[in-house]
Amino acid sequence: MSKLGNLGARLHRGEVGYDFVGNRKIWYGISILITITAILGLTVRGLNMGIEFQGGAVFTTPKTSVSVSQAERYAEEASGHDAIVQKLGSGGLRVQIAGVDTGKSDQIKAELSQNLKVDSEKINADLVGPSWGEQIANKAWQGLVIFMILVVIYLAIAFEWRMAVAALVALIHDITITVGIYALVGFEVTPGTVIGLLTILGYSLYDTVVVFDSLKEQTKDLTKQTRWTYSDVANRSINSTLVRSINTTVVALLPVAGLLFIGGGVLGAGTLNDISLSLFVGLAAGAYSSIFIATPLVADLKEREPQMKALRKRVLAKRAQAAAKGEDAEVVGQSCDEPDDAAPAVVGPRNQPASRNRGRGRPSGKRR
Amino acid sequence: MAAPKKGRSASAQSRPGRSLALILIAIAALTGGMFASGNTTPRLGIDLAGGTSITLEAKSGQESAINKTNMNTAVDIMNRRVNGLGVSEAEVQTQGDRNIIVNIPKGTNSEQARKQVGTTAKLYFRPVLATEVSGAAAASPTPSASNSSSKKATDKATEKATSSGTPSATATSQGRAVTDALKDDPTPSASNSASASAKASSSPSPSASSGAEAEAAKLQAAYTALDCRKEGQRAKAGEGAKPTDTTLACGTNSGGQWQKYVLGPAEVAGTDVKKASAVYDTQSGAGWKVTMDFTSGGSKKFASITGKLAKNQEPQNQFAIVLDGSVVSDPRVSEALTGGNAEISGSFDQTEAKDLANVLSYGALPLSFREQSVTTVTAALGGEQLHAGLIAGAIGLALVVIYLVLYYRGLSLIAIASLLVSAALTYAIMTLLGPTIHFALNLPAVCGAIVAIGITADSFIVFFERIRDEIREGRTLRPAVERAWPRARRTILVSDFVSFLAAAVLFIVTVGKVQGFAFTLGLTTVLDVVVVFLFTKPLMTILARKQFFANGHSWSGLDPKRLGAQPPLRRTRRPSAPADPKEA
Repeated sequence: MSKLGNLGARLHRGEVGYDFVGNRKIWYGISILITITAILGLTVRGLNMGIEFQGGAVFTTPKTSVSVSQAERYAEEASGHDAIVQKLGSGGLRVQIAGVDTGKSDQIKAELSQNLKVDSEKINADLVGPSWGEQIANKAWQGLVIFMILVVIYLAIAFEWRMAVAALVALIHDITITVGIYALVGFEVTPGTVIGLLTILGYSLYDTVVVFDSLKEQTKDLTKQTRWTYSDVANRSINSTLVRSINTTVVALLPVAGLLFIGGGVLGAGTLNDISLSLFVGLAAGAYSSIFIATPLVADLKEREPQMKALRKRVLAKRAQAAAKGEDAEVVGQSCDEPDDAAPAVVGPRNQPASRNRGRGRPSGKRR
Repeated sequence: MAAPKKGRSASAQSRPGRSLALILIAIAALTGGMFASGNTTPRLGIDLAGGTSITLEAKSGQESAINKTNMNTAVDIMNRRVNGLGVSEAEVQTQGDRNIIVNIPKGTNSEQARKQVGTTAKLYFRPVLATEVSGAAAASPTPSASNSSSKKATDKATEKATSSGTPSATATSQGRAVTDALKDDPTPSASNSASASAKASSSPSPSASSGAEAEAAKLQAAYTALDCRKEGQRAKAGEGAKPTDTTLACGTNSGGQWQKYVLGPAEVAGTDVKKASAVYDTQSGAGWKVTMDFTSGGSKKFASITGKLAKNQEPQNQFAIVLDGSVVSDPRVSEALTGGNAEISGSFDQTEAKDLANVLSYGALPLSFREQSVTTVTAALGGEQLHAGLIAGAIGLALVVIYLVLYYRGLSLIAIASLLVSAALTYAIMTLLGPTIHFALNLPAVCGAIVAIGITADSFIVFFERIRDEIREGRTLRPAVERAWPRARRTILVSDFVSFLAAAVLFIVTVGKVQGFAFTLGLTTVLDVVVVFLFTKPLMTILARKQFFANGHSWSGLDPKRLGAQPPLRRTRRPSAPADPKEA
């Protein structure tokens, strides 16, 4: 891990760094591609809605000796859908099967009675309407919309509207990807999935906000200097929070991955898959979008501002001038090793002009 | 969220020991409370622990009344009743055309729940026999003209009545009204307009008046003791009251104060209301009002009650609209209303009027339910699967710890300790919330908590990375910690606020499972802020004084060399890097 630590140091000094903003077109392209795939998957394959959303049948059987997992297998064979089996207090079973209509329900009932060796007369079949899931989903949508509006207002006040817009785009991007993957993989959508999706909301924005916070700090006195354009600083703020982003994502993903791969895959905990898959995809997408989409988008929007355009012009002019003078080493590089002490409000790599000024008087604070 | 926490951080900075002591005391207190209350594990939701499943079948005089809209309305009402605050994880859903399934997690009082869901919203119009602002005598003793004098008189009368068991002759009209009304109860009078049914069950017969008087005294005592500001008492006030009983109830008045009532037997039932709607009165400009249409039977009953009430004096010229035992409105009657429709006007705003109209319409829901079956169900997830999930979660957590140790080395001690503190607080609070607000932990909530690991971890990752950046700038540890904190703090607060916002919105807007999950998310977010401010930061401040960290031991996670601190600075500031006595 020490290598990653070194990477952190080098990122911090700007010795290494990926030009996220400069290559944004690539990432936009990739995101658009993923989004199109997701939408295609959604329209072509559609979502595999669970019993709570599409309705289904619930069979209640009298006392039987067949085990829950065995009954689950029978039910899935009979119906071709996922089944949830619960043991009732009476010793009987309750079998829930999604997407079953009346005709099919009779057929399943017959098969079940054969497999479970109980009288089919005694199996009680009830068809479940989709109202419950509809209700949850409707309210969830409502919540989602209200939340988005509030968060945009909040971000617009705490940061600025461009960041709010970018965060919203990133958020929608994350949701689309997650839903798309659900459609493509064919996982069943349950209320648990909806909940997983809603978790992503908070998390995706959380992640974006952390990067934006650093961006806001680093661009505070931007117009007072002529060395960096907004995009340069945006890129650096991504790079300087990169280690944090990686660490946070790893720490958040590990337990979820545990649930998904170990819990779901190896030990076969079916229901856990619902939530952990949407969480896993959503968390990963959230981390990706805050770095590759949200911040470059802010930079893009910002660069349209007249102020930033003027700044860009000044910066480019100065760079051209410096290049002509052959002082390229100082200006062109991304290096942060050589902060420009001559410019008081320079947005340095670590952007702590205040501290530098404070330290300047003391020998200990001297940098050279 | 931001403001108060900021204030606390000032003290956290200067006295790290105090903050640590505070949070440790909090944990100890919560754990103590946990054992004292006898609950050492959180209440589990139905998907983890199983529970009771009640199947209800809709019944109605008219078959056409059993339709989708009515069923959904019934689900909505039941959901609100059985879920209360929305964190008990009870599930209410329709099944087929005429059934509703209610799943209640183990540990909930299923008898009570059955009672709650077994009936549709019970809406009654009851005459008001006496009313009083609950607890106002203590809250606002300032006397003002006629209003307060009558209030005092009421108090006096009730006091006397309880001590002696007989009504006091000195009581003023209103005071007397209370006791008289109660005494009169068995023998119907004009003020307590009787219907045949009221006579039948509220008391045996006029000849048993001594027994009835004792009952009246009992009711009087209960009325005096009733404090509607207390939720528990509110719930109990009208418990078990039959429509034909004289009963107690609570409600809020237009000033938002709790009002307590003695109510006579129900005169008109909710099913007598055909339709209710909120309309804006453009003619008189009086604002929003609620109009009601009664069924033919209902309009007769309503005409009779309003005719009687209109002759009475305050407060007995009011009738109370009672939904599920609480008073939603108590309009005054000025004349007999015979037209089969009525309107309630008052200083409503739009929402109030709509709410009232809704309540009246719900009460008119022509459905009642019969319990078809009550069965115990096992957890949907099953023991094996839950077990597997727990193992998976534990493995995931172990991986997190390994990652943290490898990456942050010594610092990971702080990180892991913070996670542990956070986990302890979350666990204790969730456990305590079980008996208090019926919080039940279900699978989505568990997953929410797992995601919360990421959010909690992020807080100290942001802080650690800041510290390391400061060290890279060439600072020694202690100033680095203090300089890193304000910036990290802002980031943490801003991002936690977003998380909290999501949770709050979801909690308010949604129902059922989603609401429970939102609650978990909000709780863990708040706890994250608490832990970072009161534990992680103070601990970091203290450890920054220790040689091991301050000197940047290669296993401390803060080794300046490894972090690539600026060489020029190290040369001037720390000539013998590892053993600078000043830093010790």
